[in-house]
Amino acid sequence: MGKINGSQAIIKCLQEEGVNTIFGFPGGAVIDLYDELLDSGIKNVLVRHEQGAVHAADGYARVTGEVGVALLTSGPGATNGVTGIATAYLDSIPIVVLTGQVPTALIGNDAFQEVDIVGITRPCTKHNYLVKEAKDLVPTLREAFHVARTGRPGPVLVDLPKDVVATMIKFPEKTPIRMQTYQPTYEPHMGQVEKACKAILKAKRPVLYVGGGVILSNSNEELTQLAKRLNIPVTMTLMGLGGFPGTDPLSMGMLGMHGSYTANMAVSKSDVLIAVGARFDDRVTGRVDAFAPNAKIIHIDIDPTSISKNVKVDIPIVADCKHALTAMNSWLDQAKDLNEDEIKTKHEPWLANINEWTEKHPMGYTNEGETIKPQFVIETLSKLTAGDAIITTEVGQHQMWTAQFYKFNRPRRWVTSGGLGTMGYGMPAAIGAKMAFPNETVIDVAGDGSIQMCIQELATAKQYGCPIKIAILNNNYLGMVRQWQELFYDKRYSGTIMEVTPDFVKLAEAYGAVGLRATKTSEVEGVIKKALATDNTVIMDFTIAREEGVFPMVPAGKATTEMLLV
Amino acid sequence: MKHTLSVLLQNKPGVLSRVTGLFSGRGFNIESLSVAETLDESVSSLTLVTRGDDAIVEQITKQLHKLIDVIKVTDISEGEFVEREMVLIRVKAESNTRAEVLRVIDIFRGKVVDVSPKSYIVEVTGSTTKIKAIIDILKPIGIKEIVRTGTVAMARASKS
Repeated sequence: MGKINGSQAIIKCLQEEGVNTIFGFPGGAVIDLYDELLDSGIKNVLVRHEQGAVHAADGYARVTGEVGVALLTSGPGATNGVTGIATAYLDSIPIVVLTGQVPTALIGNDAFQEVDIVGITRPCTKHNYLVKEAKDLVPTLREAFHVARTGRPGPVLVDLPKDVVATMIKFPEKTPIRMQTYQPTYEPHMGQVEKACKAILKAKRPVLYVGGGVILSNSNEELTQLAKRLNIPVTMTLMGLGGFPGTDPLSMGMLGMHGSYTANMAVSKSDVLIAVGARFDDRVTGRVDAFAPNAKIIHIDIDPTSISKNVKVDIPIVADCKHALTAMNSWLDQAKDLNEDEIKTKHEPWLANINEWTEKHPMGYTNEGETIKPQFVIETLSKLTAGDAIITTEVGQHQMWTAQFYKFNRPRRWVTSGGLGTMGYGMPAAIGAKMAFPNETVIDVAGDGSIQMCIQELATAKQYGCPIKIAILNNNYLGMVRQWQELFYDKRYSGTIMEVTPDFVKLAEAYGAVGLRATKTSEVEGVIKKALATDNTVIMDFTIAREEGVFPMVPAGKATTEMLLV
Repeated sequence: MKHTLSVLLQNKPGVLSRVTGLFSGRGFNIESLSVAETLDESVSSLTLVTRGDDAIVEQITKQLHKLIDVIKVTDISEGEFVEREMVLIRVKAESNTRAEVLRVIDIFRGKVVDVSPKSYIVEVTGSTTKIKAIIDILKPIGIKEIVRTGTVAMARASKS
């Protein structure tokens, strides 16, 4: 085979990996690559800000389970992408970010649009590379995809100096990737599996605590099987929503700072807590020493660093969740003298206890005439989309209301920035999701603050005929911070009042999208129906009860049983 | 508690920065760090001395292992091990103290590696305790400058 240039080699690598859509923004350092892209058959989605490119690639990855790809130029192009990269890193999302770099001879010279992006992103990527020699280009890209998608997934950045990309090279044959220093553990230790199963069978008050690992490893079915065969109630983290059907009677909804009363009480009273692909984040545990104080803790995670990081674990299982849950289910299948019905019956008093908590403090809100309650908007969205739309969010109150009131029954329908908490994430992520599944309904639930952080991507949505729907819960506040100020800072609203917000209906129209507004409860359903029936990008602007809060709430640093209820 | 970790790394640009970045980013501390190539020039060996309770050191070990360029992490202070550090000391050595300095160096089995009219450069190798001891003794005489290598360490072979 003859030689090809580096750009052609990169395109071939992308095709080899099955990439058909990338999100990017061109510039001098990647102009050669963009030139090759034009005839490659790979769709380039031109965003309006590089942060949007990385979020879109991330949204694409979350809904498909494939590796999302972003292509940015050097310098500011690369630095603008950093928030997106950190967002993907904190939520373990597999993306590959390609950045242009100045020619190797200029590296370190403070050249035009030069920045040490490998240095900058070292702490917020799973791994990153600077390709200094053309012969390393193809092996590095293959390794980058491998690292991004295997083990605990994460973002990988590959920095591509302009001269390297212009060099003629022979395209090497694809050989299996073997990395001496990187071999994630997929299979669980059977001794640990047995210990875990025995502990679960002995439990009187077991709880499954499910995180994003279940989504990432596609193990929702194995999890559901385990929960149902033994009647174990399930609570999910923000990232784990959709990992277990939200409408199932065993589902207690989300736990943690804005979790349900039931979920937090159940965890705190449990005697065996089975953490699956979750990482005991501070928003989940509250005060750590009061978290599940009486429980024997089983923890399944593919990343050994997650185990006993925040909470001491009694039975660790380092493995992919799918492999571990499969092993547990087959151990139970083969267990002699195991009467599953007996175990189910044994759990009945515990489930009755749980139901009492739910009856006492259900997840709810009070409608107040024509003043729109945000929770009502989310419930109506859930109803009108049969709980099966792809929902993305920004970060803040609207995000929590969505997590509380939209009932996700399937994985990979819920796309939200959990770990980093990135405002501005939702709309570009919705574009990425819609690009992956053009026939699905994709809705970004936003606040009036968050939506303005990446509002420019409305143009991207329009340019690519991407009829996403954006539901803004508009209270003219940075509502979550305002809520903290109301509760803990004597209502001193410092920096949280949005005195000027654009007219979102006119703004939508300015971009060629459709703008709809509801100011009364009775208008909500009509607006949502109209938006869903419109084959265009739509902004729905809901004027909501201004000082509505998100409840229950566990104040930061308190025990999860010390919830503020409405 | 003090722990001495021996870490094998790929000898590539930026790898050391991944290690030190991990320590600063996660709030772990480094008491000393020493790194050089091994017999295999594609692999570097790093000796790192850190402090922390068992949970912290467990996290440090796991986090180091998670770095893609890290080949192996051993907490060698868990077993028997040998540790050495070298120090170069520029010590004041004028006519009235020269003899005393030489005596001290002799006791510590050090060497004078450079002589000038007013000072010596002294080389001493040993455990961290020994290095500290000679520094304490020479201080009153007058230490002008000091450079330490940081600890290098190796696990002892099993005796059986």
